[in-house]
Amino acid sequence: MKPTIFAPPQFSRRFIPIWRRNFMVWKKMAGSAILGNLADPVIYMLGMGYGLGGMLPEIGGMSYMAFLSPGIVCYSTMNSASFEALYSGFSRMHEQRTWEAILNTPVTLDDIVFSEVVWAGSKSLLSGLAVLLVIWLLGMSHSLLSLWIIPLALLVGLCFAALGLIVTALAPGYDFFMYYFTLLITPMVLLCGVFFPVDQLPPLLQNLSSVLPLTHAIDIARPLLNDAMPAQFLLHIAVLLGYALVGFYVALVLFRRRLSQ
Amino acid sequence: MNPVLSAQNLRKCYGDQVVVDGVSISLNKGECFGLLGPNGAGKTTTLRLMLGLIEPDAGELRLLDHEVPRHAREARLRVGVVPQVDNLDPDFTVAENLLVYGRYFGMSDAAIEARMPELLEFANLTHKRDVKVPTLSGGMKRRLTLARALVNDPEVIFLDEPTTGLDPQARHLIWQRLRELTARGKTLLLTTHFMDEAERLCHRLAVMDNGRIISTGSPRELIAQNIEPQVVEVFGEQAVAWAQGHAARHAQRFEMSGESVFCYVADAQPLLQELQQHPELRYVHRPANLEDVFLKLTGREMRE
Repeated sequence: MKPTIFAPPQFSRRFIPIWRRNFMVWKKMAGSAILGNLADPVIYMLGMGYGLGGMLPEIGGMSYMAFLSPGIVCYSTMNSASFEALYSGFSRMHEQRTWEAILNTPVTLDDIVFSEVVWAGSKSLLSGLAVLLVIWLLGMSHSLLSLWIIPLALLVGLCFAALGLIVTALAPGYDFFMYYFTLLITPMVLLCGVFFPVDQLPPLLQNLSSVLPLTHAIDIARPLLNDAMPAQFLLHIAVLLGYALVGFYVALVLFRRRLSQ
Repeated sequence: MNPVLSAQNLRKCYGDQVVVDGVSISLNKGECFGLLGPNGAGKTTTLRLMLGLIEPDAGELRLLDHEVPRHAREARLRVGVVPQVDNLDPDFTVAENLLVYGRYFGMSDAAIEARMPELLEFANLTHKRDVKVPTLSGGMKRRLTLARALVNDPEVIFLDEPTTGLDPQARHLIWQRLRELTARGKTLLLTTHFMDEAERLCHRLAVMDNGRIISTGSPRELIAQNIEPQVVEVFGEQAVAWAQGHAARHAQRFEMSGESVFCYVADAQPLLQELQQHPELRYVHRPANLEDVFLKLTGREMRE
């Protein structure tokens, strides 16, 4: 393996035309995309919030719906970044050969990978905004602190986009993504406090939960939506940023290796 | 004047396999240079090296006065590429494909729009401007790919098998456009395994096999250097038996392929007289062409 594969990322503004390309594609299907962003969390919140919430006492001093909604914000942003980085990213890299076309221009692979992360992050931001809108409309949060959910959604998106791109870089085909969703995303949804508090879990699983990025996202979102400043705010941000940066670098190295074959 | 592109002793290995093995090529402004070779000869890898998309293990490369791969990005600003497999954006219309691609070169939307009518005209796609890519025919897609490669008004255009998979009408239209480009002073580097394409379009050719260039020159020079000027193809059920008995007496060289015998000669008359004694044999007498050279240099066996 050549040392150039491990070179630090070279950023340039040439990722912007790729972002605009993806946005142009998205605009053509914006109707169904926005509907999906709204419908999914609404169904979860109404179904689980009222259905399950009706049978539950308060959790940590808040109603089940107030407990659940921050989980759904993070879960939705994680999902939209992951799907974009895996399925759509793979389609652009492999099926449609969009990357190949772009690489013949003055744009480099580093620009492309960066554009993928930023684009998936942008879609997460949108999905986070949609859930936040639902939360406001259902009257579940009146706190000004809830505005901080917006940058958080972007950060969570960048984090899971970077992690997802590692899988895309290794994938021989779409089927491969089932491993990631079954072995990582689904357990994360159950271990990181989306639907129930992490302290309900046995100690071993609690320890596992504490190193997973979704836990840290929810630990920030839950107080914010309930009008409180998150404890250990900087630690949680640092963990999410760390996953994003390390994930991006690993994905970049893997893409460089894959496309130099 | 410096050559538009100069490659010296390029070498690229994947594992133990040497894919490009000491390739040296120099392109002059305004010429059409053809890289000829069977599948797997290393043509596409050579193109990717020249664009700076992969790093050579050895060798030196300059493209438009930029060192490649170190300054490949600057070089690619003035290069157009027609890839082997279409990679147009299926979600976009013809015009949107050109717009989005022009932006990758840092062009403003206004500058791209200004070039659009000329590009569409060149590709005979003016009437398809707002049509989505999946509804285009194969020939139209190729023409759009060619127009897309010209969006930045490049000085050099790389074409990787530009007419593979096209019907004869579509091929002729592409050939005509490529000749127009060289007439305008553009430099073309194309790979192909169609001999008629190489013979019609290319000023100079290099025949490549197993990662090496085994012969270079104009189509006429390649024929003159490598092969006897006359070919007599003898075919029919009796052809092979005849060849085993008699061909060596009348032809400097002959090759058998299935039920055909290819006799290569400087003077065909003695052979033709011999063949007239054998009414059971059928034959064609023709001048040697590039395909004969290609088959001589790269062999007749299949490459799969």
